[in-house]
Amino acid sequence: MPEMMAAPGVGAMERVREYEELKGVADPAIVSNASRSGLGVTFWVCFTWVAVMILLALLASVLHLTNPNFQNYNAVNAGPSIHHLLGTDDLGRDLLSRIIYGSRVSFVIGFASVGIALAIGGALGLLAGYTGGWIDSLLNAGSLVILAFPALLAILVIEAFWLPRTLLKLTIIFAVAGIPSLFRVIRATTLSFASREFVVAARAMGATTRRILFKELLPNVIPAAVSFALIGVAVAIILEGSLAFLGLSISLPTASLGNIINEGVQNNNLSTNPLIALWPSIYIFLLLVALNLMADRLRARFDVRAGNL
Amino acid sequence: MARYIGGRVVQLVIIIFFISIVAFLLVHLLPGDPSTAILGPNDTAQARAELLRQLGLNKSLPLQYWTWISNVFHGNLGISFLTHQTVANAIGVAFPIDLELIIVSQLLAFLVAIPLALVAALRPNRLFDRIATTSTYAMLAVPTFVIAVILVLVVAVKIHIFPATGFNPIGQGLWQNLKTVLLPSIALAVGSVAIYYRLLRADLIATLQEDFITMARAKGLSTPYILLRHALRPSSFALLAGAGLSIGSLFTGAFVVEILFQLPGIGFQLIAAINSRDYLVVQGMALVAAIAYVVINFGVDILFTFLDPRIRRA
Repeated sequence: MPEMMAAPGVGAMERVREYEELKGVADPAIVSNASRSGLGVTFWVCFTWVAVMILLALLASVLHLTNPNFQNYNAVNAGPSIHHLLGTDDLGRDLLSRIIYGSRVSFVIGFASVGIALAIGGALGLLAGYTGGWIDSLLNAGSLVILAFPALLAILVIEAFWLPRTLLKLTIIFAVAGIPSLFRVIRATTLSFASREFVVAARAMGATTRRILFKELLPNVIPAAVSFALIGVAVAIILEGSLAFLGLSISLPTASLGNIINEGVQNNNLSTNPLIALWPSIYIFLLLVALNLMADRLRARFDVRAGNL
Repeated sequence: MARYIGGRVVQLVIIIFFISIVAFLLVHLLPGDPSTAILGPNDTAQARAELLRQLGLNKSLPLQYWTWISNVFHGNLGISFLTHQTVANAIGVAFPIDLELIIVSQLLAFLVAIPLALVAALRPNRLFDRIATTSTYAMLAVPTFVIAVILVLVVAVKIHIFPATGFNPIGQGLWQNLKTVLLPSIALAVGSVAIYYRLLRADLIATLQEDFITMARAKGLSTPYILLRHALRPSSFALLAGAGLSIGSLFTGAFVVEILFQLPGIGFQLIAAINSRDYLVVQGMALVAAIAYVVINFGVDILFTFLDPRIRRA
């Protein structure tokens, strides 16, 4: 995502880690439990956690959850109980159900937009990185110009004027915003493989450009792509939350994680029922930590480098 | 060197030209006409046509762009049709708030990150280092708005130390002003703390293995003296680079914080203008904010080219 601006930290971590490696300084979190051969326990714990969250979001309609928009005025601001595991909000809506339905928005925006950005940016990056020449120069310069523009600003203005805000539109906007960064990552990774022996050998044996791109380069580029895509998903989820705060996420009353937190801080809710804002905050926090750690382990395992970008 | 900077300046000018077009098109190509907001209940076909003529919105897009951009070059960003304030004036009032927010948050970040790094680097991979380094993952993963919510909940709602929202200008006294700026600054600083801590820690660990540190130890100097007087300065290049590079993203990161805490900075004003379709203000603020962002990043880049010649060759 452009400059990772909604979350200055998420993208910056990659560079910090590289600097530490450059200095030969180990990260104790890595030393303690990652082996070079496998992905480590942390990865699989995080993977399971994210998988369960996605499964819950997918199965939301089968799970006999209360309708997330049903307002039960007999149970306004109720605490956690058997009927409402996480309690209810100021309109008597079940918080557990709202969070699970709300996470659907985050997951769809996160994974779909990054998937689209990866498909388009990745294809262009692969092509530019392997063929070079004027295509590469043109795309490279273009991506730099787009990345120089503060994306949050553009997204703010587009979302404000392009009404009504639906899931599809948000996904498209996020995907477009993500293309230049993913293009650069894939291009840099492709470049690092393009002159390796196996590619030269394939070309010497008369392999077509298409074959080299898809059979030789693509499989090698995938680990880097997945690692960066996970961070992209985290950034998209943060961005959706931030926009919800500005009243610019998906139109109400549809729940999204950001919308719920936003409602939780309005109308004095924070002092009467802090749980409304607290549960989705915890959910987002755990989700993002898991995504980041997964990306980090993948990076360490496959020795992905953001350098030379 | 001159050639490198010249190339970068040309790049900068091209980018700024694109920014002006984007800022203009964003507002003009999207549906949602400012005339609806201005006219309100007096929305008749005739009044609308008259208004569009007054605003110059009936002309062709290139002509509108030309009128706008030539006015911009004369320092005239237009007038808000809601507040009747000039856009330049509104930006002049809002911008110092962003600046204060960034400066205070960075001071706080340094204040926390430097001592943490000093202590951690002294005994790398031991308990303190492990706890601090691992928690940077958490600090980086929490979105600013979550930090802000927790801060308001704990400090403003439960124990009433700070007001939850609002802004006191510095004219009301430094403490009154800081009371409203401190919480937003903390929310903004958390991510920076994590990065600065990790960068300084890495450099310090490397520096502390150098011969001159062993020499200082052999002379019997105290550990705090060695850390502060011998090790800190040669270890701070990456820290300063990190700080410089994050100014641009802090600038947009401040937007979210401003909305949450109702600080009337650029971000807050921009959202208000967007919501009321005050298009000249949106256009002007987007233009100025985007240019500020690009120019800051450019300045930092050039600065580091002087400090670290390797960048030029990269």
